[in-house]
Amino acid sequence: MNTEQILSALAYVIFAPILGGLVAGIDRKITAKMQGRVGPPLLQPFYDVLKLFEKEKVVVSRSQNFYVLTYLVFMAFTGALSYSGGDILLVIFALTLAHVFLVLGAYSVNSPYSYLGAERELIQIMLFEPIIILTAAGMYMVSKLTIEGGSFRVWDIATLTTPVILYLPGLFLAFIYVLNVKLRKSPFDLSTSHHAHQELVKGVTTEFSGSTLGRIEIAHWYETVLLMGFIYLFFGYNPLIAVAAIIIIYLFEILVDNTFSRFKWPLAMKSAWMIALILGLVNLCALYYVKGGSL
Amino acid sequence: MNALFFLVAFPLIVAAILLILPKGMLRNHIVNISALVIISASLYLLATNYNTGPMLYPADYPWIGEAMLGIELLIAAYILYASLRSQKYLATILIILQSAVIIYFEAAYAPGIEIKNNVFIDQLSLIMAAIIGIVGSLICVYALGYMKDFHEHHKEIKDHRNWFFFVMFAFISAMFGLVFSNNLMWVYFFWEITTICSYLLIGYTGTHEAQNNAFKALIMNLLGGLAFAAAIFYLGSAPSANGIIELNELMTSGKAVALIPAVLISFAGITKSAQMPFSSWLVGAMVAPTPVSALLHSSTMVKAGVYMIIRFAPVLQGSLSGYMIALIGGFTFLLASSIAVSQSNAKKVLAYSTIANLGLIVACAGVGTYEAVWAAILLMVFHAVSKGLLFLCVGTVEHRINSRDIEDMGGLIVRMPKIAFMMLIGIAGMFLAPFGMLISKWATLRAFIDASPLVSPILLGIIAYGSAVTVFFWAKWMGRLIEVTQVKKQIEDKVNIEEWLALYPLAGLTVLLCLMFPLVSSTLIEPFILKIYNHAAQLGQDNVIIMLIMLFLVLVMPLSMLYYRKERKHLSAYMCGMTTMPDMRYTGALGITRELALKNYYMQNFFGENKLYRIGTALCVGLMALMFWGILYGEVLI
Repeated sequence: MNTEQILSALAYVIFAPILGGLVAGIDRKITAKMQGRVGPPLLQPFYDVLKLFEKEKVVVSRSQNFYVLTYLVFMAFTGALSYSGGDILLVIFALTLAHVFLVLGAYSVNSPYSYLGAERELIQIMLFEPIIILTAAGMYMVSKLTIEGGSFRVWDIATLTTPVILYLPGLFLAFIYVLNVKLRKSPFDLSTSHHAHQELVKGVTTEFSGSTLGRIEIAHWYETVLLMGFIYLFFGYNPLIAVAAIIIIYLFEILVDNTFSRFKWPLAMKSAWMIALILGLVNLCALYYVKGGSL
Repeated sequence: MNALFFLVAFPLIVAAILLILPKGMLRNHIVNISALVIISASLYLLATNYNTGPMLYPADYPWIGEAMLGIELLIAAYILYASLRSQKYLATILIILQSAVIIYFEAAYAPGIEIKNNVFIDQLSLIMAAIIGIVGSLICVYALGYMKDFHEHHKEIKDHRNWFFFVMFAFISAMFGLVFSNNLMWVYFFWEITTICSYLLIGYTGTHEAQNNAFKALIMNLLGGLAFAAAIFYLGSAPSANGIIELNELMTSGKAVALIPAVLISFAGITKSAQMPFSSWLVGAMVAPTPVSALLHSSTMVKAGVYMIIRFAPVLQGSLSGYMIALIGGFTFLLASSIAVSQSNAKKVLAYSTIANLGLIVACAGVGTYEAVWAAILLMVFHAVSKGLLFLCVGTVEHRINSRDIEDMGGLIVRMPKIAFMMLIGIAGMFLAPFGMLISKWATLRAFIDASPLVSPILLGIIAYGSAVTVFFWAKWMGRLIEVTQVKKQIEDKVNIEEWLALYPLAGLTVLLCLMFPLVSSTLIEPFILKIYNHAAQLGQDNVIIMLIMLFLVLVMPLSMLYYRKERKHLSAYMCGMTTMPDMRYTGALGITRELALKNYYMQNFFGENKLYRIGTALCVGLMALMFWGILYGEVLI
């Protein structure tokens, strides 16, 4: 680890929540426009979270806040690891670890709605995982074209001169398909969502309030920025195109959020797994067989 | 050399003493002390030999070959008798065939073969010996307390504890013998001893079910034994093989000679490590008392299977048969992990997770590249410790709450905090970053990507989906454990001292191994790989540092509990405004008081046991046919 990496990690830890919060504000504005409302001010997400920290501290079980704090710490850690150019597989594993802590927090309170949310959050982890692992494998394969022996390092992948997207179109589509899982948007807002749902209340986050809920929100901002970084990796050969792609894809996901109703979990799981299998694995196979000689 | 001899002979002597002493006299002391001795001896062996490289010893004792043959025939006679008495004629046929092959070999070829070195030791045997010595002995200590409780709970089962401990220690002795043997005849001898020991232990309770499952295990392992015997027979009879039956010579003799015996012995390894379609014997083995399951799953039996396949990995590398073995392991990993999702019986979940992880090890060994073998050995080490710990925890919990169902373990963190905490460590060790199994899975993933265009995409798909379901079934188990319920009564104080004596070290070891894995890798595994492949795999220093940071965070974060423990306002969980009592009871429709009950998802429609087992059987039988067919092809040049 050198100074540059440590500085990048620090920069992420400090600025990612700000960027993530702004994105959330813009998101709410656009969503409101799509629904014919005026929408809140741009900085509303920050006001919300600040207010949450002033609320009374209320818990169901004493251990619950520990899990959420750990979730936040590991989410920031995951992002910092990614933005400081760490190993992409480690980033994926750390991301899973962070989410498992959120799930454990929801389990620990022994409440029906958060329990339901916890089960569904696990299902969401389960449907997201294959695609992201295959994507990482695909990126490593592409890196082999220019880097001797290939590289799993995020920075190496981000600075590839080959357009990754041209080699991994299937995996890219599959990734876009499940991106809403992590953005907590329809049709995959199964475990919790930005709005309350009748049968779920607030799912995973039902029993968390005040500053703890604020921490979950901040963790979510961290994650949003992390995911945007992931999209960047597909377009790293040209930063301008990459930023444009991130914006377009995010807008697209907002559109999907507003036009789709929520899936039931069997449909969510089956569809995500089938898409990972068909688009993702076929993409990988093609990469292996067609480029067999040079890879 | 003396240490090797001691590790094989000492457990055997202890076993004999435990058998003879009437009414379990001095049993506790003898087992505790000899466990300590075995652990120290295996650590001593590790400390004195880790940097010496492979060492070969002739160990040419007079009459030893004859004695082994004699014992083999006695065992065969016993199996013959038992199978006829229980009308398990398949076992009868298999044991007759197997004995015939071996007797013919001994009569026709053995006299012409001169053995130079019967015994050897290298880093892989050292690692195995440490696993067997430490985990195996701790399980024996645990068994002292467990079996006492067991016979108090089950008065109907006759107390044969002398016999039980005799077999346990004999098993450990045989495992040591197996990993130190260089002569394949000797390996075969110890291999058969582990088969008969597991048969005896699974059938310990003597119930109808136990007898049936014991025979199931026996039949499948005899099938593997037959393949093993065939491998020896081939080496003795084929002119090209020239009577090589020493492992070290076989490994350097080239694929033309070694591939056929490697595939046959790998088949034996597949049966022993319960890969599909032979997975049912290990699932059936859970009828035995829990220490037996722990022993079979963590440090002995199944590890013997993967140990042999790892030994032959360099021969399998790049061959069609090797790739088929990799796929058998891979699909077993995927399907067994999926089946584990649908199980609520804790021991069954553990059994399927063992099968799955062994599948991953077999897959790595079948691929056989240096990265893959490195990953396989890491997996084996971490799995042994975590799985041993988990089985022992489940055994202890079972005796306290009279259930081994995960749904009954809700709120265990309140009822049995220490055990629950150790169980959490064990589970985290099985699937969470930065604990052991995940480090290994990471290494596996990297190995699979570079394996070969023939199998890489399939193996990548398998590990991507397999790790997704793994997260699901472990995390929901963890979730049940940490629920904070209102049951206030602690039931932990009645746990036997012997059980704690085994649980604490194992839990400590699980964490310690994560801290020390760079050391384990660089002093033991990498030299072993380097010797064979002239290449060494490693994770890179940066990544190791990051893993250690993560481990540090995981260990430090619980301290935040100290802050959160301070007085805060308590509310009960949200129940839609229903009037709820603190113990989560509420008045339901028609004024009936109901208790809140929460259950996990098991997704029977997706992950049903029977359905997936059938798919796995069909798939793996097909792959197995290709594996044997692949012998004709030898090396595949892609």
